[in-house]
Amino acid sequence: MSFLSELWEFLKERKKFWLLPIIVMMVLFGGLLVLSQGSAVAPFIYTIF
Amino acid sequence: MRILGLSAFYHDSAAALIEDGQVVAAAQEERFTRKKHDSNFPIHALEYCLDAAATGLDGVDYVAFYDKPFLKFERLLETYLAFAPRGFASFRMAMPVWLREKLFQKDLLGKKLTAMAPDFDCKSKLLFSEHHLSHAASAFFPSPFEEAVVLTMDGVGEWTTTSVAIGKGRDLKVVKEIHFPHSLGLLYSAITYYTGFRVNSGEYKVMGLAPYGEPKYTQALLDNVIDLKPDGSFRLDQSYFDYCTGLRMTSEKFNRLFGRPARQPDKDLLDQFHMDMAASVQKVTEEAMLRLTRSLAGEYGIPNLCLAGGVALNCVGNGHVLRDGAFKNLWIQPAAGDAGGALGAALAACHLHLHLDRPRPVTPGKDAMRGSYLGPAFAQDDIERRLTKAGARFQVLDEARVIDSVAGALADGKAVGWMQGRMEFGPRALGGRSILGDPRSPTMQKTLNLKVKYRESFRPFAPSVRREDVADWFELDADSPYMLLVDGVKESKRREMTAEEQALFGIDKLNVPRSEIPAVTHVDYSARIQTVHADTHPRYHALLSRFKDLTGCPVLVNTSFNVRGEPIVCTPEDAFHCFMGTELDVLAVGDCLLLKDEQDPSLKTDYKSAFELD
Repeated sequence: MSFLSELWEFLKERKKFWLLPIIVMMVLFGGLLVLSQGSAVAPFIYTIF
Repeated sequence: MRILGLSAFYHDSAAALIEDGQVVAAAQEERFTRKKHDSNFPIHALEYCLDAAATGLDGVDYVAFYDKPFLKFERLLETYLAFAPRGFASFRMAMPVWLREKLFQKDLLGKKLTAMAPDFDCKSKLLFSEHHLSHAASAFFPSPFEEAVVLTMDGVGEWTTTSVAIGKGRDLKVVKEIHFPHSLGLLYSAITYYTGFRVNSGEYKVMGLAPYGEPKYTQALLDNVIDLKPDGSFRLDQSYFDYCTGLRMTSEKFNRLFGRPARQPDKDLLDQFHMDMAASVQKVTEEAMLRLTRSLAGEYGIPNLCLAGGVALNCVGNGHVLRDGAFKNLWIQPAAGDAGGALGAALAACHLHLHLDRPRPVTPGKDAMRGSYLGPAFAQDDIERRLTKAGARFQVLDEARVIDSVAGALADGKAVGWMQGRMEFGPRALGGRSILGDPRSPTMQKTLNLKVKYRESFRPFAPSVRREDVADWFELDADSPYMLLVDGVKESKRREMTAEEQALFGIDKLNVPRSEIPAVTHVDYSARIQTVHADTHPRYHALLSRFKDLTGCPVLVNTSFNVRGEPIVCTPEDAFHCFMGTELDVLAVGDCLLLKDEQDPSLKTDYKSAFELD
């Protein structure tokens, strides 16, 4: 829960509420990817980390 | 007041501890875990820092982390959104890692810290600093300046890739930023990738390769790839890159512009094209650094410049900035990469967040990094106990005899392992954990490369020289205690190469004696200089003095105490194992002197394949 409240505070601070639906969609979609994968290990690509 | 700074989870995890604004201890995690660029939570470095201050985590007032994960996630999402539907492959790679781990870094940090001290209150004591503010703080607060322009440049932090801040007293304000995806560091990394080296660790190889090439693609880069403005600000044409959406750094369009694909290190040999490409990106980087620093000097009228961020490890560029003279004084944070962010986060928390009512002490001409000797040291009895346990055979001498013996061995052409005092913080070995050799020897370069470092490098070694002698041997006459400035070997010490020698390439050209100190002279007569100061490392300074008495030369080859792919040694045991696994002749650890001939041959190990190639 503290994570969600911090995320909300972050969006408020950055005035980026428009990111919220995108975050929800991406998290859902990303969640599917997590579930469909065995490992979270990815090769080192500079900018995605 | 004690503040602990941490950097972790990307690369080069580190911890740093400051006490009442003074740097007490700092170290990179890789030195303890023996895993190069270790990105895990720096538990060992953290424990060392607490030990150095004789306290526990409950004795620490605040913990500061060096960047802000949510901001980074925001950049990631907005970048994917901007390029969608391209970038799905990258998205698919990144999301699981973020959703499982990286988004919850605060929780993870909290768990790690409360495991060490159950009463540690993360809510009030755990602080986060922005990535480039951490770099800027690490560059300004330990600097010897009351007021300075602070320029940070790297690959990317959260959004920022280049920032300008103005530091005054204990205040530091960011005044300008350039944002992702426009990044000087990423341009350099892209060419590192394109020339077949590993991104994020091979950049220094590109810098070392550049003197073999002609910068014949500079104009093509400036005309197409980077729009470099007169004030040094820049934009990268993203159609030439693939790092926003793909799993490569450069795109097909980049390949078409330069007429060939990226070099595959396991298949394609390095050739003149790659050297010309390295020289070209080096030239563009230098030009950007010079334009930036000139315009900042003109705009702010402050004579002092501080640098940090990965690009500030480009010591060739730094040398140009110093010689250009737009700023009268230059100071560069020795741990300019992300490890130094740990120190910067702690300093930013101390000076900018907590507003402690205490002035920042500044000693003109003397920085607060203590020579960057901020890592572990070992007491003499502890060294003897550890070496004995490891099976070493050694003599214990007094300091003068250690120096005398080592200087004599060096003058005889021996390769010496030198572990003295505290370990260095930052990527360079500065005489605390170094392999030393005689720079006058025309074979030293080859010997150290093949018998000790196990590599065939096109880069020469770096020289250490007494500060008072630097101007006699090099064109530099300034402090360079952290080996972050490149300048020429003095004209009078050079030897012109013949036309046939000029035509040689790579290691063959490097093996041509080009000066009185060939082992540290690059093919363009440049050298990456470390000035040694009696007040920060008296024993190393005394060794150089004794070597000068014996040979007339106050310069030594100084390369990091490790083999290819291995982190620099930390403990006496690490030093002994590296000594036994290589063809080092002599090892000096504190007052203990070890000769290879006297060691038990059964303790020799196959060391060179123990570490993955960097």
